[in-house]
Amino acid sequence: MDIIGYLGLGFSVALDPINIFYCFIGVLLGTLVGVLPGIGPTATIAMLLPITFSLSPAAALIMLAGIYYGAQYGGSTTAILINLPGESSSAVTAIDGYQMAKKGRAGHALATAALGSFFAGTIGTLLLAFFAPPLARAALNFGAPEYFALIVLGLLVSIALAHGSILKALAMIVLGLLLGMVGQDIYTGTPRFTLGIRELYSGLNFVSVAVGIFGVAEILRNLENEKGRDVMVKSVKGLWLGKEEFKRIIAPVIRGTALGSILGILPGGGHILASFASYSAEKRLSKHPEEFGHGAIEGVAGPESANNAAAQTSFIPLMTLGIPAHPVMALMVGAFILQGITPGPNVINDQPALFWGIIASMWIGNLLLVLLNLPLIGLWVKMLSIPYRALFPAIVLFACIGCYSINQNIFDVFAIGFFGILGYVLIRLGCEPAPLLLGFVLGPLLEEHLRRAMIISRGDPMVFLERPISATLLGLALLAVIIAVLPSIRKKRKEVFVEED
Amino acid sequence: MLAKFSLRELLAGGIFVLAGAYFALEALNYEVGTAFRMGPGFMPLFLGAVLAALGIGVAASGWQKPDKEKPLPPSWRGIALIIGVVIFFGATIRGLGFVPVVFIGSFGSAMASRLNSPLFAALLAAGLTVLCTAIFVIGLGMTVPWFGPWLGQ
Repeated sequence: MDIIGYLGLGFSVALDPINIFYCFIGVLLGTLVGVLPGIGPTATIAMLLPITFSLSPAAALIMLAGIYYGAQYGGSTTAILINLPGESSSAVTAIDGYQMAKKGRAGHALATAALGSFFAGTIGTLLLAFFAPPLARAALNFGAPEYFALIVLGLLVSIALAHGSILKALAMIVLGLLLGMVGQDIYTGTPRFTLGIRELYSGLNFVSVAVGIFGVAEILRNLENEKGRDVMVKSVKGLWLGKEEFKRIIAPVIRGTALGSILGILPGGGHILASFASYSAEKRLSKHPEEFGHGAIEGVAGPESANNAAAQTSFIPLMTLGIPAHPVMALMVGAFILQGITPGPNVINDQPALFWGIIASMWIGNLLLVLLNLPLIGLWVKMLSIPYRALFPAIVLFACIGCYSINQNIFDVFAIGFFGILGYVLIRLGCEPAPLLLGFVLGPLLEEHLRRAMIISRGDPMVFLERPISATLLGLALLAVIIAVLPSIRKKRKEVFVEED
Repeated sequence: MLAKFSLRELLAGGIFVLAGAYFALEALNYEVGTAFRMGPGFMPLFLGAVLAALGIGVAASGWQKPDKEKPLPPSWRGIALIIGVVIFFGATIRGLGFVPVVFIGSFGSAMASRLNSPLFAALLAAGLTVLCTAIFVIGLGMTVPWFGPWLGQ
């Protein structure tokens, strides 16, 4: 079958009424959590993971994917209307989007964000469809050394995306890797770091860790400083863009899409980086750089397209290699495993209907998102007036119920509390939680492939440098670290993240 | 001398050193093996040592950079109530059953916010109990009693 045939197969799955329904639920929930500051897609997907157990694999994955890219749309609405990023990647959109809203052009900003996102989502999905199969074929030749090198690359690239200290980000990764080693050793069955607790023999529950450090810790953080939020725009008018505006956004949207697509593929996850990169690129290329920061429509169009394109293409490493590019993708791995499918290069051959169905559903999801976000914008504006103090109790309860329902194991619930405190303390001390979660997921894989590679090479570590693919990947990983510590880049990073505050 | 350090970096570094030391020392109890045939202790020993070293690096990076701004004080009430609710949930879900645990849990966590009055918290708890029961127990068929054995059911 050629690509058209495969896409046809995909659409036949995605257009199944049940799957459309779950796709709709996914993007609806995604928009909701994207709109509401304080709840992110990571915590949401972690909480909903147990629920998907009872769905078919296609419906489950279509819904979870929808939550993720839906949140990218929703986040921009909040950024534009109340100058708070609903989602970390829409922090940049707030800079010019909010200024546009202040000048009464909220409708234009929202329409730009939605149309840019739709275009980027479409292209990102197409890229996924075209590049995933050859990559998966190449990945079938990967041995243990290549996988090891790839995981190292993914972990180290994620440092470049962490705010602040690189040392801290590295330490968080290593801590995550170590936490991932709790439980029985894969080769010998020796229980490790279990403190004699039988429940820990199978390892720490991934959902508990994710919900604890992303859900509970975030709530504790928000409770430090409680204040109401102010919705300035009560109703949004003027959603149609004029000809002049269309002309102004076309180039930024295309550039943002290209940038986002490339950065999204990087293991380590690039949707946040992509939106920042697109913003600074637009500012530099613009004939009127002085408009940026005061409501430049290009400053909304570029970053919004970039983060959406990246959200789509970040599925590529997951679907072809089984390597999650960032915490949300790590949760998707969990979802695949719950369904009894090991994500990796085999999925495309063994489960073509599932693979192509997910891809096709993304396009449908993006279309649904435009419909959800533009005509129904009034609904989301109303949502913003729900106070946080009414929301967080629901998150706490959903987290407990969700975790408990996976294995009916009360130990998993206690683990949420432990990781909530740990996450809160670490966040207060300026350590980002995302690298820890990534390390936690990749830790067992890293150890397995390292040990296997060393057995193959009879204990010779040169095997990683003698094989061209693994040597290249490790070289890239080294490069990522060097770039991250270079003084000029560090300064730039600081500037970028200052703008966010 | 201590005043010249950033307390934040010192604490963060300290946590990493402690965690690294724990994992490395505990790993010595397992078979470490050789590079050819790594035992279960090999990776944790190595990574634990790396983590401890990184922790020292983090602490040292705070040298001569004392914290400038004071962080917001933590909401002790929030921490106690939220973590308390999580522990309460785990400890009583089997005994008390779904409905009472969700109601008490939502009420407790709602009270974590200084802005919520007891009345608002109770209303919210009632709403959440109905919602959660409808979604999880009725909708998704979660196997948990509505009211548990402790209540004589």
